[in-house]
Amino acid sequence: MNELRIRLGQNLGLLLAVLLFLTFYLVYNSLHPRGFSATVLVQNANESFVIVAVAMAQTVPVLTGGLDLSVGAIMTLVNCVASVVVNGSPLQMLGGIVLCLAVGTLAGLVNGLVVVVGRLQPIIATLATGAIYIGLALFIRPSPGGNVDDDLSWALTNDLGELFATYGLFEDGEAPWLAPIAWLPVPLLVMVAVVLLVWLPFRNSVTGRGVYAIGSAEGAAYMSGVRIARCKIAAYTLGGFFAGLGGLYLALQTSSGNADVPQAAQYTLNSIAAVVIGGTSLMGGTGGVVGSIFGALVIRAIAFNFRIFEIEPIMQPLFEGLVLLAAVSIGAARVFRVKNRLELLG
Amino acid sequence: MLTLSAEDRPILIAGGFVLVILAIGTAYTLTVQGTASFLSPAYLLQQLQVGSFLGIVAAGMMLVILMGHIDLSVPWTLAAGAMLGTAIGGPWAIPVGLGVGLLVGLVNGLGVAYLRVPSMIFTLGINAVMRGFMVMLTGGFSPRSMATPTMTWLATGNVLGVPMPLIVWAVLSVGIVLLLQRTPLGRYIYAIGNRERAAYLSGINTRLVLVAAFVVCGMCSALAGVLLAGYSSKAYQGMGDAYLLPAIAAVVIGGTNILGGRGRYLGTVVGTILIVLLTSVLSVMQMPEAGRQVIYGAVIITMLLVYGRGQKVMA
Repeated sequence: MNELRIRLGQNLGLLLAVLLFLTFYLVYNSLHPRGFSATVLVQNANESFVIVAVAMAQTVPVLTGGLDLSVGAIMTLVNCVASVVVNGSPLQMLGGIVLCLAVGTLAGLVNGLVVVVGRLQPIIATLATGAIYIGLALFIRPSPGGNVDDDLSWALTNDLGELFATYGLFEDGEAPWLAPIAWLPVPLLVMVAVVLLVWLPFRNSVTGRGVYAIGSAEGAAYMSGVRIARCKIAAYTLGGFFAGLGGLYLALQTSSGNADVPQAAQYTLNSIAAVVIGGTSLMGGTGGVVGSIFGALVIRAIAFNFRIFEIEPIMQPLFEGLVLLAAVSIGAARVFRVKNRLELLG
Repeated sequence: MLTLSAEDRPILIAGGFVLVILAIGTAYTLTVQGTASFLSPAYLLQQLQVGSFLGIVAAGMMLVILMGHIDLSVPWTLAAGAMLGTAIGGPWAIPVGLGVGLLVGLVNGLGVAYLRVPSMIFTLGINAVMRGFMVMLTGGFSPRSMATPTMTWLATGNVLGVPMPLIVWAVLSVGIVLLLQRTPLGRYIYAIGNRERAAYLSGINTRLVLVAAFVVCGMCSALAGVLLAGYSSKAYQGMGDAYLLPAIAAVVIGGTNILGGRGRYLGTVVGTILIVLLTSVLSVMQMPEAGRQVIYGAVIITMLLVYGRGQKVMA
């Protein structure tokens, strides 16, 4: 009982985000004419994937107490790369996908090296590298365009049945054993797979634990023999990988690349908001990628509700801002319980 | 024997780099056009006029960064000041515009100082809310109201050949320098940036100082908005978007520590001039947007690698 309470206390932010998301999403579905259907789920999963990936990307550096202002830029860069290389024969496409993820990871690695080896403040270092990545994206794609293989983009942005149907697997996705799960959206499955196969192993590795330790107290971590440099570089690199994943998916979704500078900035800012709503402290040390996923989903779910209530989409920033302020102000409640004000000051 | 303090080195290096940029630009125009247009007083004055908008934003931003905080609400504070100012019109245009900045700064300061929400996230939220309000007010289009004659004069007029915005920037700069060097408030700002806990234990009302600095920053953004509206004769959507990151970059290039506590105002001025000239020279050289972004980022990193490196973690 006691342990349960402690665990709940540690994951309060995550719980709040899940609760907020469920509220908004249930309201949306119950008012939607075709609510609670697989079609709506697929569409929503599609619209959420990129911001979820970018929020994941932001989380890992934030856990070290840093920040990555280049996640939107990396996402945009990979989006532009994907619009060039994800094409042709299956083997070429596979190579293209690998190249895209490699570009994202490499961009993250450069961030990590600048922050760790260059010993620059993450905010300003990633601000500068972000400008460079946007420049490279503009270089690859001065105007929106490009092409992504139609089959691949159709298969990966629909449900599981369509994926198999596109490539003629399992009786075109009509196999009886497949029926109960054929409605699952592919983007959702990809996201779950990434969490299970990339994030959880990383978090439980020595490096991953080091990331949390650095965020809690860098000096103490150093004295305990945590390899600070390696953990920080790994954090930024993993962030780059996640952002690259988002960029690749955006290319599949839109079948094109677009070096949209304001859009990149918007994604970066939303990623910070998602991280905070998801319960990760900007000081580092507590929280995690799963919370940020729900944080991002909260932001998306609010946008979904705008359609239902037929509120002008231009009103969206106001509500996003208010929800963000409300979420962080709830966390501020402890300010009024603290007896000694010194506890609040760094 | 001249000795350099840690604060002066970045300013000198950044100043040297400004000369390098001018030299490269002049070499380019000499070979391509056969004129040294970058060195003409008219060109330099015009650049300073354009740069004063950024300089005013950076001046406010510097106060906040000196305390180890940041203000991400600059873009829409700037736009809101401009939009509401032009919407009111008449003699009250400028006071209302500045009042918007004061109000936003006050809310920012209260959130950061009293609720202790990290400034990065609180000002980000305020920025979204301000954007929402402005979009609601204008329907997402550029408002039709025009800048008042006073605003236009402040932004485009000149006295004895010196552009008005430059004079506004200079007056503001003197004010900020006096504030930082000669008033208790200024010293408190540095003290909080070094260690808020120690400042609090020394009897400083740190919360009031935080609020005051955010208010000044908000008013600087709004002032830049009012001037910019006068310069382009009206307010428009997204007019502040191009000022947030360059303002932070200008402050940091000028040697102010992004974690707070250290930095001189002169550095921010030099940083602003550097960024404005760099942008201008690159556009005269007809560098495409892609190359401009890459060079912009590379310059910031290089400058900081020379003098902005942090300490190695040792316990």
